Amino acid sequence: MASQSDNSVAFSAAELEFLAEDEMIEIVPNMRMEPLNLISGDFGPFRPQIAAQVPLWLAVALKKRGKCTIRLPEWMSVEKLTQVLEAERDSEKFQLLPFHYVEISRLLFDHAREDIPDIYMVRSLIEDIKDVRFHKIGTGLEIISKEVTYALRLKNLSAMEANIVRPFVTKALQTFHKLNTKEAIPESGSIPNRQRQAVNQRDKRVLKGR
Amino acid sequence: MDSGDASGYSAGVDDDYESLLSTTDAELLKRAWRNEKASPEILQHETALVQRSREQIQLMEETVEEFSKNGVDPLTLSLYQMDLDRTLFLLRSYLRTRLQKIENYAFHIQKSTDLWNRLSKQEQKFAERCIDDAEQHLDQSVLSKLPHGFKSHLKQSSLSLADDMVPEPQLDQYVICRSKKFLGSFQLDDSGEEPVNIEANDLYALPYKSIKPLVESGQIDLV
Repeated sequence: MASQSDNSVAFSAAELEFLAEDEMIEIVPNMRMEPLNLISGDFGPFRPQIAAQVPLWLAVALKKRGKCTIRLPEWMSVEKLTQVLEAERDSEKFQLLPFHYVEISRLLFDHAREDIPDIYMVRSLIEDIKDVRFHKIGTGLEIISKEVTYALRLKNLSAMEANIVRPFVTKALQTFHKLNTKEAIPESGSIPNRQRQAVNQRDKRVLKGR
Repeated sequence: MDSGDASGYSAGVDDDYESLLSTTDAELLKRAWRNEKASPEILQHETALVQRSREQIQLMEETVEEFSKNGVDPLTLSLYQMDLDRTLFLLRSYLRTRLQKIENYAFHIQKSTDLWNRLSKQEQKFAERCIDDAEQHLDQSVLSKLPHGFKSHLKQSSLSLADDMVPEPQLDQYVICRSKKFLGSFQLDDSGEEPVNIEANDLYALPYKSIKPLVESGQIDLV
């Protein structure tokens, strides 16, 4: 199972997949099974041709044994994905997708190919959306250096995306924060104007406080 | 907005009856694991939760054993086993993440009673052993051979005012977090910067130091 990730990256891809496997999905069983009373919750009963909600790991386990078909979540339909991709291209903002969309789609591509109509289309749409979003992340990161930023809002960013930018974003913000708060900045001509202003403002504040 | 001064680690859950009802131990354990993995310092040990999870695991192990004796069909059995494995993984990873932090910051944790009390009894024993071993190792390999005044494992020299050879977690490190509820405007620190509006279900990169009380009261989750 997922290996222990080291501390600076917080989560490994395998651990994110582990978390994504708890997301609920609809399956249509082809067998009869009594309800399961698991630690993670109660699921079932399962009757042939009657849809049931289960966590993804359970769906995949049943699918592997040929005991069910998985119903594609609505956001993964060609129609929805096309909309998202267009909106994603037109706007600077990130569109709303499930938090674990990268992991969920990957798991379904790997284990439930025959349950996905137009799989090639769906797969390439997801790839495109991923590309557009990662490109946006790349350009979006520039604002950290342009403005003095103390907090960064990552609206609609997914788990995998946040995890990928984490090492860079957290270190960069921390460094800028330090540069702007420490009085240790030497008053030399090499300091950009903005930073010097920040330092001066802080001096004023301290004086007022006293 | 709650001032976030609740020191109890599960206070945020208790005061919200609805979320208490809908939150299973499996969810709580997952949250504890995520927070522990993403926070730079060691958090309060979730003693009650760990205890309950252990009991559930034991119960489930007995159930699985019973099933295999009674000839319950192998599919059901394997599903129960998978669920059990997932919970075991979460619990192990949670405890191991803590052990890793204790190993790294044993001297630092020992210095403060607040930090020391965040450890469980077993973890305290582990920390003591870590400290003894590290002291002994440093002494034998280096410190005993140094001139007088440089023999401390806590200080560079006897002239140092503070314990400057003790590794500490960086609390001003930025973390990525998410709140389930709208928390309103939130003052980052006392430096007079503009407050941040924390909206529900949005991700933010914020300094750990400034949201620490919100993490401890369960109002914000680290991701």
